[in-house]
Amino acid sequence: MSAGIDLENVCCDFGTFRAVDDANVSIRPGEFFSFLGPSGCGKTTILRMISGFIEPTAGVIRIGGQDVRGKRPNQRPTALIFQNLALFPLMPIWENISFGLEVRGVDKATRRRKAEDLLRLVDLPDAADKMVSQLSGGQKQRVAIARALAVEPSVMLLDEPLSALDLKLRQHMRAELRAIQKRTGVTFVYITHDQGEALAMSDRVGVMSQGRIQQIADPREIYNTPVNGFVASFVGENNIFEGRAGAAAGGMAAFDTEEGRFRARLAPEAEGKPVKLYVRPEHTVLTAAPGTENSVPVTVAEVSFEGPFIAVLARTAKGRAIVSEIRNDGQATVPQMGAAMHASFAAERAALLPDASVRG
Amino acid sequence: MQDMIRRYGPGLTLIICLLVAFWLVMLVIVPNITLLEQSFRPYLPVAEIGGPRDTYSLGNYMKVLDGTVEKSLLGISFTIPVHVYTFFLTIFYSILVTFICFLLAYPLAYYLAKIVSPKSLPTLLLMLFIPLWVSEVLRAFAWWIILAFKGPLNAMLLGIGLIDAPIRWTNMGYTGVVVGLIYTYVLFMLFPLYNAVQSLDTNQIEAAEDLGAPWWKIHWKIVLPHSKPGIASGSVMVFMLSAGSLLVPSILGSTTSQWFTQTIDQWFKDALDWNTASAYAFLLLILCTLFVTVALKLFRVRLSDIAK
Repeated sequence: MSAGIDLENVCCDFGTFRAVDDANVSIRPGEFFSFLGPSGCGKTTILRMISGFIEPTAGVIRIGGQDVRGKRPNQRPTALIFQNLALFPLMPIWENISFGLEVRGVDKATRRRKAEDLLRLVDLPDAADKMVSQLSGGQKQRVAIARALAVEPSVMLLDEPLSALDLKLRQHMRAELRAIQKRTGVTFVYITHDQGEALAMSDRVGVMSQGRIQQIADPREIYNTPVNGFVASFVGENNIFEGRAGAAAGGMAAFDTEEGRFRARLAPEAEGKPVKLYVRPEHTVLTAAPGTENSVPVTVAEVSFEGPFIAVLARTAKGRAIVSEIRNDGQATVPQMGAAMHASFAAERAALLPDASVRG
Repeated sequence: MQDMIRRYGPGLTLIICLLVAFWLVMLVIVPNITLLEQSFRPYLPVAEIGGPRDTYSLGNYMKVLDGTVEKSLLGISFTIPVHVYTFFLTIFYSILVTFICFLLAYPLAYYLAKIVSPKSLPTLLLMLFIPLWVSEVLRAFAWWIILAFKGPLNAMLLGIGLIDAPIRWTNMGYTGVVVGLIYTYVLFMLFPLYNAVQSLDTNQIEAAEDLGAPWWKIHWKIVLPHSKPGIASGSVMVFMLSAGSLLVPSILGSTTSQWFTQTIDQWFKDALDWNTASAYAFLLLILCTLFVTVALKLFRVRLSDIAK
């Protein structure tokens, strides 16, 4: 039913522009895998190569272990959900859903029954005879999913299908998509530039930049231990310090900045490379007394109340901004503007990371 | 109207309105009304015009039923008024021209709208347009030369050995007329079709392919239904222009081809009977409009769809 996908050294050039550079990834059968990256990073190109609309310039793509080179999209066991959904406006909903069955020569009664089953699966039981234009955005979304599921694909490819929906609906559809994926067991490959979407839904995430896959890991690892500066800053916020790293010992290293000497984690593969220090705002604490390690005296410059948390922007004597997020547990104290405090962070929570890996 | 006055001022608005009114009234309504009025009156010597015999009747229209001929189709013989016969042949060959224009224009329109790279599109469109700059008379004569007994078409067919002896293309019934009309009017099919296909979201084609549809099914289920208004407007255009063409049938017609417009022309110029000629012209207009209306109904296209 579901199949894995292997990309081996896959490259894709458009003229002199390299859209995807040496992509290697092994997506497991039944996995919910997301490619996350800014626009133009090559994630849609990867999706279109898997679905067969673009042939890779180099490398091999295997779906369920089979090399799919030279196979047209209509010969691959994949179903693509387009960003704009691409429903057929001239057909009623049930014909939309059963289109893939019709081209396979399935008779009308069976098609109708299958379409109604799928409409129940996506929770739209009464929509069979409606036209596309009569549905709301979220309903169209479900029809697109049903249409793709109708051909019983081994792999579902989703190209930012939630981007056109409003926030509430998007969050609802996230859960829905995840549930449908679990129910059907089909491998989902999901493309998004929304880190929240990728982290919340995926089993694993591949973060991309400039045609390269920067890191492949489960969402927690992506967020907690990013491998480079790009992944750290694209997924979540950071306070960033520039400086020089000293020798590493036991995975930790000293880091000299103009704000003083810090200690932070340093991965073995980053040793010797130019690195910056990244620490999350929620791991940065503001206290009246100096912290035990990695402490900097600061002045509170801005306080913004976000609801679940309070973001405090403080400045060092040299004018560097440091953001600290305080969780709003109902009794959190908000620092006064202009208050002199100390920002500090645990060395375990700070990482010395090189810049993104780029081609060359 | 209020909006126009506010935007262009009363002077310019007045000039625009007067020009439009002049065009509509003097160049469209008055001549047509005059011909329509004439078509109900008999053809009389100058002295009798306005006399007791000058009364309104449908006589000129009924002339189309005069003078029957023996014809046979599929082995069935029948007698039919000769002008009615001409009319049916005109309609039949105009439909044929429209259909062949569609067959030629559809792949080209699809290619231009969906396959060709945007960079080379202007060049291709220009190449299609340039022949339009040449006068219709010259283009018809060009085909007269191409189809001539010792012309390039015969030379080519003889050269590649497809035929053993040259063919008299321009003396084979309606062949020359059909070829000439297709060449003259195919672009009127191409451009509405191109517009229609171009407005189709390419994702729909890809979605159909992704769902497993073979190429012909994609065209049958997705591209053609979407292009229906374009097909309809192109077909109406080509059909009406073909049925109303006089020049092409006159130049490329054979001894055995007669176009209904040629009959009208003969009433005007040979018989000098403007009254009957007008009646025939209105018959052609009314019947063709009726035919098109019925055809649009059959294919479930509304006029408002075509206007889009």
